[in-house]
Formats: sequence, C-alpha cells, structure tokens
Amino acid sequence: MVWTNAVVQGLLLGGLYALFSVGLSLMFGVMRFVNLAHGDFSVLAAYAAYVLVEHAGGTPLWTFAAVVPMAAVVGFFLQHFILDRALGAGELSPLLVTFGLSIFIESALQQGFGANNDSLFLGPLSYQSWKITNTLYLGRLEVIVFVVAVALISGLQLFLSRTQPGRLLRATADNPRAAALSGVNPRRVRALATAIALATVAVGGLFLAMRTSFTPTSGSNDLIFAFEAVIIGGLGSLWGTLLGGLILGVAQTVGSQINPADGILAGHLVFLAVLAYRPQGILAARNAAL
Amino acid sequence: MTMLRLEGVTANYGHLRALEEMSLSLDEGDILAVLGANGAGKSTLLSLISGELKPSNGRIFFNDVDITHLDPFQRVRKGIALVPEGRHLFASLTVEENLLVGGSTRRQGSWSLDAVYDLFPFIKERRRSRGGQLSGGEQQAVAIGRALMSNPALLLLDEVSLGLAPVIVRDLYGGLRAVANEGTTLLLVEQDLTEALGVASQVLCLLDGRVVLTGSPDSLSQSQMITAYFGDGESAHKSERS
Repeated sequence: MVWTNAVVQGLLLGGLYALFSVGLSLMFGVMRFVNLAHGDFSVLAAYAAYVLVEHAGGTPLWTFAAVVPMAAVVGFFLQHFILDRALGAGELSPLLVTFGLSIFIESALQQGFGANNDSLFLGPLSYQSWKITNTLYLGRLEVIVFVVAVALISGLQLFLSRTQPGRLLRATADNPRAAALSGVNPRRVRALATAIALATVAVGGLFLAMRTSFTPTSGSNDLIFAFEAVIIGGLGSLWGTLLGGLILGVAQTVGSQINPADGILAGHLVFLAVLAYRPQGILAARNAAL
Repeated sequence: MTMLRLEGVTANYGHLRALEEMSLSLDEGDILAVLGANGAGKSTLLSLISGELKPSNGRIFFNDVDITHLDPFQRVRKGIALVPEGRHLFASLTVEENLLVGGSTRRQGSWSLDAVYDLFPFIKERRRSRGGQLSGGEQQAVAIGRALMSNPALLLLDEVSLGLAPVIVRDLYGGLRAVANEGTTLLLVEQDLTEALGVASQVLCLLDGRVVLTGSPDSLSQSQMITAYFGDGESAHKSERS
C-alpha cells in the first residue's frame, strides 16, 4: 500500500509539473528555442501574488484572477519587444537573452524580498485531505492542482485544434515559411504563444507557492522539472507533456520512498533513460510540432 | 490597368547576382508564364514579388502602391498569394485546416472552402487527412486551394507540374484556367512549356537573371523561345568566363 500511495502522490505532483512544462513546450514548438527564464516567471508570478495578498488580504486564490492575465500581457509584450528581436539575431541569441532575463529576475527578486523562504498560505485547504483508505489520503489542494492541470491542458488542446488562432499557432509551429505565405503574421502568433506560456506557468507558480515554499532562486529547479517533463512526454503533444509530468512526479515520489534523499535523483535518472532510449519522447506526435 | 510593376529590380544571394535590373509590368487579368532554365532567376522573381526576398535595388508596385518593403504576410493581405515550389503544406494539419489557415486574412472574394472543393473535388474526399499523408497531386491542389482561400488578386505559382504525372498536371491546369476565368491574374513559373504556353496570355523568358524575350505565345516562334530558354551559347561562355 505504501507504493500505491507513492504512485498516487507522484501522479498528483505530476499535474503541477505539467503546468510548468506546457508553456515551455508551446514556446519551443512555435519558436524552436528553450526559454531559460521560464521557471523564473513562475516564481515572479508567486511573488506577485504574495505582494497582492500582503496588500489586499484575503485568500491567495483570488490572485489567480489578477496574476494570470497579467502574466499573459507580460508574455505578449516580452515577445513583441525583446524576444522577437533576439530571434532575428541568430539561434543563440534567444537563449542568451532568456538566460540574462533569468539572472535579472532572480537578482531583482532577491533585492526586493531577500533570500528567505516565502509561501502562500491557503488556510485549512493547505493541509486538509480526503481519506481513501487507512493508508491512502489525497490532499485537497493536490487534487485541485491535478484537476486544474488536466482541465487546462484539455482546454488548450481544444483551443489549438478547434479555433482559428489555435490553427494559426499550429501552422506556424509546423511550417513558419508557409504560414507567412498564407497571410499569418508570425510576430502576432509568437506573441500569442508566449502570452499563453507565461499565463500557464503563472498558474503553476501560484499553485507551487500554495503547496510549498519558494525563494527568488527556486525558478531554476522549476525550469529543470519542466524541461524534463517535456522531454519525457515528447515534443509535439500536449498530452505528452502531461504524461511527462506524471512520470516525473511518480519517479520522484517512488524514489523518495526508496530513499528520502533520492527522489529528485530518481526523476533525473528516468529523464536520462528516456533521453537515451527514446529521445523523441514517449508520446512524440508524428509530423506534429505541437 | 497595371496591377504589378517592377522597376529596375536587382536581387542578390550574397555575392551572387540572381536577377539584374529587371522591369516588368503585368495587367489585371493577364496570365504570364515565366520560362527559363534552372538558375535563370524564375523562383527569385517570385520570391521578390511575394516578399520573401528583398531587392538590393529597384522598387515593386502593386496596384500603384509601393510594396517593396512589405513582409510576405502583408503582401498576402494586399492580394498577392504564392503557391511555393515543393507545396509546403502544413504536414500535421488536415486538408481542411490547411485551407482554413489560407483563409485567415479574411479578404473579401468568392473563394471559400466549398468553392475550392468544387474546383478540386478529389481533395474534398481527403479533407480529414493530414497534409503529410497526401499524394503529390493532392498536395499541389491543396497548396493552390490554400492560396486561393486568401482571395488573391494575383496568384503566383512556382513549378506547379514538378514531379507530377501528366494526367494530374492537366487536372491542375484545368483548375487554374477556371481560376483565371474568375478574373484572377496569374504569374506562372514553369518548366513544362506545353502546359504553360497552353494557358498563358504573355510569355517572359529569363536567362542568367536577365529578361531576354517577351511577347504573346502566338507571336513568338519555337526557335526564338528555345534560344531564349537555353541561350545562344554566347551567354553560357560569358558566364563561364565571368
């Protein structure tokens, strides 16, 4: 039963990782670069919520309504004014620019908030759980995070497949030259992709801040987990990203069950195994960039 | 009325001159076939008009508006659509999605999903298939349909017949005649002289990046076109010497 519990808790943790990785996958699909500041934006969202709750009070849950749209707007303009210029300057430039952004965000947050741990306390929801059996309890917040992750990925999948902006995103990811020749404004599409990416990572950042503590530098860990989830699941499929998050989560909790100090290491080992034996990822879609 | 005008356009790929001091005028409703051997500058000409390549000299006008510095997507919105060589379908999108992406500009006109399916009925049966699963002829029909969905005033076509069976090429050219009959101006780059001359109202021959012959297909003799196509031997020697 201990193992069942480890797997179930890992699945719930995987939902959170999926939230981190969806945006990374989307940006890579459309622009073919890894946003090295992706994790830092999750932490930035967490601090934005922290400040809002400090000043306005109430439960941190309401901050989703303010922080997530704000993150989308930041993403749109970040792409429009900074990343697009970097994209035009060669393949290495976006990596360097996002690396610089990462350092800037971490330093600015350390300057403003210090290096201490902070968290968003939800009250009883932070520790309440549902009893399934005598040895298996499901944390309410963890279940909520998981449900939100599945709903968000389903919604995003529907958006990509059923709406015209979604089709334009997929078309640009598939063949940017043909998209431009079909009248699609590539700058607008890239800005939309980054807006969605930052909105989703903000959701992940807020949930992380509600589940555990965060510091100005915890974005680097978030980026690594997001990156591993994307690679494990496979580029080309949002469901693959969810699956990658779940596998990473399970690997970490099962690893922790074997030895409490080895949870993170177990996740890295699964990532390396996938990279070695199926580098395209488990659910890589054929001919699909998204 | 003049729809497209090129004034002294020169294009380079690095140090290599691909097109030199080219001037061209295309009237509304014309069907211009651009002929020439490999490397003559035909595809470069289409890249310049579609906006994928910017000229190093000269200007391009569309309906008397200077479009020299516009990006490809802006030119599509003005009414210039390119069917690129190699088709470049969205391999992971279905046929219908490919067409809908082409219709994203929302330009007013008579082309719609139904009109494209009427033009090429064989792609309607494959509308749920992904672009990467289609035969070459089906892909070419979808590529033409996708360009038509933007309701272009000027349709540029790069090597429509390349790698396709003659029967398929005849079907596609049948469709293009219907498109021209609707009033769309066509500019074809083609190596299949029979099909191109069968549909064209004007012919332009390029050799080593220069215009060497223009006229209507009826006014030009076969020997004139062969000389223009392959050169008279002098130009080949000149290129080798240079």
